Amino acid sequence: MQDKSFVPFTEEMKKDYTILVPNMLPTHFKLMISIFKTHGFNMELLETSGPEIAETGLKYTHNDTCYPAILVIGQFMQALLSGKYDTHKTALIMFQTGGGCRASNYISLIRKALKKAGMEYIPVISFSLAGIENHPGFKLSVGMLRSMMYAVYYGDLLMSLTNQVKPYEINKGDAERLSEKWTARLGKELGNSTKVRYKDIKKNYVEIIKEFDLIKMRKTPKVRVGVVGEIFVKYSPLGNNGLENFLVQEGAEVVVPGLIDFCLFSIYNQIIDYKLYGKGKKVYPLYKIAYNYVSKKKNEISELIQKHSDFKGWTPFEEIVHIADDVINVAVKMGEGWLLTAEMFELSETGCKNIVCTQPFGCLPNHICGKGMMKPIKEIRPDVNIVAVDYDAGASRVNQENRLKLMLANARRSLEETTVTENTKEHSNILYK
Amino acid sequence: MGVTLGIDIGSTTTKLVVLDGEKVLYNKYKRHLSRVRQTTVEMLMDMQKEIDIDDVSVSISGSAGMGVAEATGIEFIQEVYATGEVVYKLAPDTNVVIELGGEDAKVIFYDGGVDERMNGTCAGGTGAFIDQMAVLLDMTVDEMDKASLEAKKLYPIASRCGVFAKTDIQPLLNQGANKSDIAASIFQAVVNQTITGLIQGRKVEGKVMFLGGPLYYCDGLKKRFYETLKLTEETAIFPEYALYAVAMGAAMHAQKLAPKKINEIIDMLKNSEKQEDNLTDRLAPFFADDAEYKEFKDRHSKATVKTIDIQEYNGKAWLGIDCGSTTTKVVLIAEDKSILYTYYSSNLGNPVEIIRQQLSEIYKICGDRIEICGSAVTGYGEELIKHAFHIDEGIVETIAHYTAAKFFQPDVDFILDIGGQDIKCFRIRNNSIDSIMLNEACSSGCGSFIETFAKAMGYNVADFAALGLGSKAPVNLGSRCTVFMNSSVKQSQKDGASVEDISAGLSVSVVKNAIYKVIRATSPKELGEKIVVQGGTFYNDAVLRAFEMEIGAEVIRPEIAGLMGAYGAALHSMRFSESSILDAEGVKGFSHKSDSAVCNGCANHCHLTINRFADGEKFISGNQCEKGLGIKKTEELPNLYAWKREYLDSLKPMSGKRGKIGLPMALSMYEFAPLWYKLFCELGFEVHFSAQSNRATYEKGQFTIPSDTACYPAKIMHGHMLELIEKGVDKIFYPSLTYNIDEKAGDNHYNCPVVAYYASLLDGNMEQLKDVSFLYPYLNVDNPKALTHTLWKNIKLFDKSITKSELSKAVKKAYEAYDEYKAKVRQEGERALKYAREHNKRIMILAGRPYHIDPEIGHGIDKLAVSLGFVVVSEDSICHLAPVQYVKVLDQWTFHSRLYRSARYAVEHRDAELVQLVSFGCGVDAITTDEVRSILEDGNKHYTQIKIDEITNLGAVKIRLRSLIGALEDGEENAR
Repeated sequence: MQDKSFVPFTEEMKKDYTILVPNMLPTHFKLMISIFKTHGFNMELLETSGPEIAETGLKYTHNDTCYPAILVIGQFMQALLSGKYDTHKTALIMFQTGGGCRASNYISLIRKALKKAGMEYIPVISFSLAGIENHPGFKLSVGMLRSMMYAVYYGDLLMSLTNQVKPYEINKGDAERLSEKWTARLGKELGNSTKVRYKDIKKNYVEIIKEFDLIKMRKTPKVRVGVVGEIFVKYSPLGNNGLENFLVQEGAEVVVPGLIDFCLFSIYNQIIDYKLYGKGKKVYPLYKIAYNYVSKKKNEISELIQKHSDFKGWTPFEEIVHIADDVINVAVKMGEGWLLTAEMFELSETGCKNIVCTQPFGCLPNHICGKGMMKPIKEIRPDVNIVAVDYDAGASRVNQENRLKLMLANARRSLEETTVTENTKEHSNILYK
Repeated sequence: MGVTLGIDIGSTTTKLVVLDGEKVLYNKYKRHLSRVRQTTVEMLMDMQKEIDIDDVSVSISGSAGMGVAEATGIEFIQEVYATGEVVYKLAPDTNVVIELGGEDAKVIFYDGGVDERMNGTCAGGTGAFIDQMAVLLDMTVDEMDKASLEAKKLYPIASRCGVFAKTDIQPLLNQGANKSDIAASIFQAVVNQTITGLIQGRKVEGKVMFLGGPLYYCDGLKKRFYETLKLTEETAIFPEYALYAVAMGAAMHAQKLAPKKINEIIDMLKNSEKQEDNLTDRLAPFFADDAEYKEFKDRHSKATVKTIDIQEYNGKAWLGIDCGSTTTKVVLIAEDKSILYTYYSSNLGNPVEIIRQQLSEIYKICGDRIEICGSAVTGYGEELIKHAFHIDEGIVETIAHYTAAKFFQPDVDFILDIGGQDIKCFRIRNNSIDSIMLNEACSSGCGSFIETFAKAMGYNVADFAALGLGSKAPVNLGSRCTVFMNSSVKQSQKDGASVEDISAGLSVSVVKNAIYKVIRATSPKELGEKIVVQGGTFYNDAVLRAFEMEIGAEVIRPEIAGLMGAYGAALHSMRFSESSILDAEGVKGFSHKSDSAVCNGCANHCHLTINRFADGEKFISGNQCEKGLGIKKTEELPNLYAWKREYLDSLKPMSGKRGKIGLPMALSMYEFAPLWYKLFCELGFEVHFSAQSNRATYEKGQFTIPSDTACYPAKIMHGHMLELIEKGVDKIFYPSLTYNIDEKAGDNHYNCPVVAYYASLLDGNMEQLKDVSFLYPYLNVDNPKALTHTLWKNIKLFDKSITKSELSKAVKKAYEAYDEYKAKVRQEGERALKYAREHNKRIMILAGRPYHIDPEIGHGIDKLAVSLGFVVVSEDSICHLAPVQYVKVLDQWTFHSRLYRSARYAVEHRDAELVQLVSFGCGVDAITTDEVRSILEDGNKHYTQIKIDEITNLGAVKIRLRSLIGALEDGEENAR
C-alpha cells in the first residue's frame, strides 16, 4: 500500500512557484502551457537535451527502470541541480495514467529521486484526469480542461500537416515556421477560455489547413515511414535520438499517429473494464459520453482536412478500435496496449507500409503488443516493412541508425518497384488512347 | 560497364572488392583495429600497387562504414541490403541467407518477399563473441574450432549474450569440464542465438547460404548449424565469397554511380580524417599535468606489505589460495604476516594443474626450512581445490577480502573488488560484513572485459591501460553491459576516437558500472569513509584514477590488489597450527581425471562433473542438490517451495465426459492451478497440466520466441504449450488476467503486463497452436460471481452444453479448492516457522513470485538454501503474519504486495532473513527491489537479491548465501 503522504502544491505556491514540465511533444505541450500561464501558473517547458540527461537520470533512479522514466527524472534533476532555479520556489509536474504498467510509478520515482538528492520538499504535481492526488493549488476548471482538449486537437493537426509538408517543401523550414506561428497564436487564444468557442476553433482549423496547403511543394515520390511505440519514445526527440529528423534527412515522409488517439484509448479502456469485468459501473456512462464526444471532434477535423486540401485525413477511432481484432483483443490495455498493434495496421492500410516500432529497452507491454505482434501482422499484411528499435541509455545510435537504414533501403526498393509499375500503367494508358 | 569498388567496413575488419561486372578483379580484408580510416587508406594504396586501374565507381557499406560515408560523401549502402542484392544476383536459387559478422548477425529470407533481419540491440556479438570465448578458453579461434570437432557432448550455454555465456562457461572450466565439449557448446550457443534472435519461428527450408567471417573460418560452427537446421550437402551453401559478400554488394551497387579516380577517393578519405568533428561525447582527462600524475603515483605506492626473501626464511608459514574465475592466485605468508611467495596468473582453464605446479614449486623452495601450518582456499574453484589438495578450510570470498582489507585499513568501512569477471562490494558495519552487492549477469563490465577489448585492438592489457592514462579526452561510453559498450565503442570509432581515448573511456565505464549499477550510489558519502579498492582490475591505474575521479575522494589500493583474496585466505588460515594439506610426496603422485555424467536424481538432470584424484578422493560438481553426491540426508528441513511443488504435482488428470483440456504450468498457473483444476474437473474435463519445467522445456519452445528480452518465466511458456500439444489435448487454457485477486494489501490488484497478456503473444507466434483450440479469455478472478460472469460470456469456447447452474456450482467448488490450498500454504508456512524456532534453524523467506518455485526458473536455489541449513518459506506462506506495509511507490500488483509484507515480517522477526528472487528483465522489479531493500535496511536487516535468468550461476548464488550466513554469524558474535 502506498504511503499517501506527499508534499502538496498549495494555493500559496501557485503565486510564485515555477512549475517545470518535461518535454514530450513540443507543440502540444507549448499550447497547454499557454493555457496554464493565462490561468496564473508559471510553467516552464524543459527543452534541454544531450547525453547528460540520461546520465543524471541513471544516478537518481534504478538503472533497470524504463528509459522514459530515466530521461524525465534526468531532465528534472539536471534542471534542479543547475542552479538556474530557486529549488524552494520550484515544483514539478508529470502526467500519470495509472494501470498495470510500471509507468504508473513515474510520480513515485520522481519523488524518490528528489529525496535522494535531498530535495524532497519540492512538490510534484500528478497531472491526471482521474484525480489521483489532491493538490489544493492545482485545480483545473472545466473551461481549462476544455481548452486542453483543443490543445491536443490543434497539436495533432499541426503535427500531421507539418509532417505531410516538410519533406516536399521547396523553401526549407516553411512548415516548421507556419507551425510555430500558429502555436504562438493558438496558445494565446486557448488561454482565454471564455473565448474558446467551437465555431472559432473550426474557423482556425480551416485557416490552418489552407495555409499549409499554400506552402510550395515539389511532390516527388518519397518513402513514407510511420512511427509507433511507447508514447514517450514515440514522440520525444530526446527519447528517440531525434528519430523524426533522421527520417526526414533520409528523405522520408514521417507519419506519426496523433495524441488524441492515445486519449481515446485511455477513455475506451474504462469502457472495456466495465463491459468485460463489470468495473466502474457508475462512471461508465460518463466515459461513454466522453468517448463519443472526443471521437466525433476528431473526425470533424479529418473531414475538414479532406474538404479543404489534398492532405491525408485521419482514420476514425471507431475503425482503429477494431482494425486489429484478428490478432489482439481490446482488453490488452496496459501501456499502449492494443492501440500500438492497431496503429501498425492502420498505417499499413492507409498506404504507409514502412513502420518503426519504438520502445524503451525491456518495455513490458511492448513484448506483447509490439514485437509480439509483428509475426501475426506480417501474416495478414506480408507487404509491411517493420523495424523494431530499442531505446536505452546505453544503446548506441549507430546500431539504431543501421537498422533504420536497412528498413529504409527496403522501403526505397518497394517504392521504386511501385513507381515503375505506375509509370508503365500510365504508359500503356497512353498507348491505348 | 566500368570497374567498381566496394568497401565494407565492419566492426572489426575492412574488406575491399573490385569488380568488373560480376568478375572479381581484386579482394582483400584486414582487421582495422579501430583505426578505421587509416586502414582503409592503406588498403587502397596497397591495392593500387597490385592492380592497374584508375577510375572506379565506389560505394561503402558496413556498420563502421556509415560514418566514413557520411564524412566523405561517398555513397552508402546498408550491409544487409547489399548482401541481399548480391545473393539474389549470384545465387538466385538461395532460400535463406545466414550471415554472421563481427558483431552483427543477419538473416535474409527470400521466399514470399524478401525479409531481411538483424539482431536486436541486446543480442551479443557473434564474431566478437567467439573471440571473447576463445580468450576465455585460452585458445586461438582456430584452436577452439579444431577442438570443437572432437566434442562428445554439449553443455547448455546461455545464448542471449556474451556476458551470460561467460557466466556459464567459467564454472564449467573451473569444474574441469572438457575444453572441446565447451568449444562445441559455445558454437551451439551461437546457433541458438541466431535461431531465437533472428529466425524466430520461421521455417528454414530449401537452400541455406552461410556468409561472414566466423562461418567462413569455423568448421565447428558450420557443423553445429548443419546439425541443428538438419541440412545436407545440397542445402547448405558455403560460397567462396562468404567473406566478401557485403563488399561485393557495395561494388555492384556502385555500378550505377559515376566513376572517380582512386587517388581522389584516397584524398576524400584522408581529408575527412582531418576535418573530423568529434560527435562523440568526451570526458575530462585523468590528470591535469605531470605533477598531478606524480602525486597520484606516490600516494598509491604507500599501501604495501613487507616481503621476506623466501630463501632466507626459516619457520612456520601459511598458504592462501584464491582460485578465481579467470585467474589463480597463491600467497604464502610468514609468522609476521609478511609475504614469502606469490603467484598470479590466468588459470588457463585448468586451475587444478596450476595449483599442483605451484605446490610442487613451493615444496621445492621450502625444503625442510619452512613448514606449512595452515592453508585456506577461496573463490570459484574453492571446493574443487579443497578436495584435490586437502586444504584445511574453504572460506567465502567476501570473508577473505575483508580479512585482507583490514590489514591495510583496520577501520575499513567499504570494500570494492573488481576482478576478472565479477564485481563485489560490501560495507562493513560494526565489524561485520553488511550489504553485499555483486554484479548481476547483465552488468559484468569487469576486468576480462577490458582485456578482451585490448586484445581485439591488438594490445596487451597493461600497454592498453597505460595508453588510457595519457588520454586527453576519454570517450564517454555509458555504463551498460558489454554488448552495449561494444556498440558504443563502434560509435566512437566511427567518430574517429583514438585508442588512448577508447582505453580511458573503457576504464571509466567499468567504474561507472560498478558505482551506478552495482553499488547504486549517488555520492561518495554513500560508500563510506575508508574505502579499500582491490582486485586485479585495479592494477590498471586508469581504472583506479577513474574511480577516484568519479567519487571525488581518495581511496586505498593495496600494492597486492590482485592478491587480496589469497592474502586474506592466508591470514585467515593462521588459526591453524597443523595443516592437512597434501604433502610433497602426495603432490608428486597427484593426478586428476574428470568425467561428465548426468544425475538422474530428479527432473532437473544436472550435468555433473566427476573429478577423481590419485589418492581416491572424489569430487562431484555441477549438482544443484545433494542427491547426486550419494549423501544421505540426516534431516529434512522444511522447504515451502518443495511443498508447493509437490502439492501442484498431485493435481492429476481424472477422466471426464467433456474431453481433455491442457493447462500450462507457468506464470499465473502457479498461483491458480488448484482453482482451474477444480473448475474443469467439476465441469467434466480431463485436466492435464504440463510438467514443471526443466531446461528441455525451454529449449523445446525457444525457436518461437519473438522478444528475447522478455523474462525467462514468460519465455518458458512456449515449451509448455508444445508439451501440452504433444500430450494430445484438444484445448489449451491460459486465461488473460488483467486483474489478480484483491488481497486488500495494495493500491490496486493488477498482474504485470506479461503475466496478464502473454497468451496473445503465444497465439500470434506459435504455428503449432493452430492445431488445437487455444483459449485465453479475459476473465475476472477477483470473486466467484465475477468469474462466473466472465466465464459464462465465453462458455462456448469450452463446451456449449455447459449450463449456467453447472458453471456456478463448479466456480463455487473451484474457489473452495483455491481457498483450501491457500490456507494450507499458510499453515505449512507457520509450521515451518515453528519447526525452525524449535530446532534453532535460520529462516529464509525466499521471496519472489508464485512461478519462482518452478525448478527450472528457480534453479534449485531453495534446495541450495536448505543445504546451507536454512528453513525455506515462500512469500505467500507468511505474508499474512505481517501487517500491510506502506511503501513509497504505487503498489499496483497483487504478487508484489506480498513481497512488501514479507519484508515487514523479516524486519519484525530477528530470526528471519529475506532473500529476493528477481527474474532478469522483470520491469516491475526495478521498482520493487529498491522498496524491499529500504524496508529491510531501515529495519536493520540484510538485503540479498538474486537475479535469475535462463541460466544462473549457482556458484555466485552460493557465495551470496554463504556471505549472508557469515554476516549473520559475525553479527551474532558481536552481539555476544
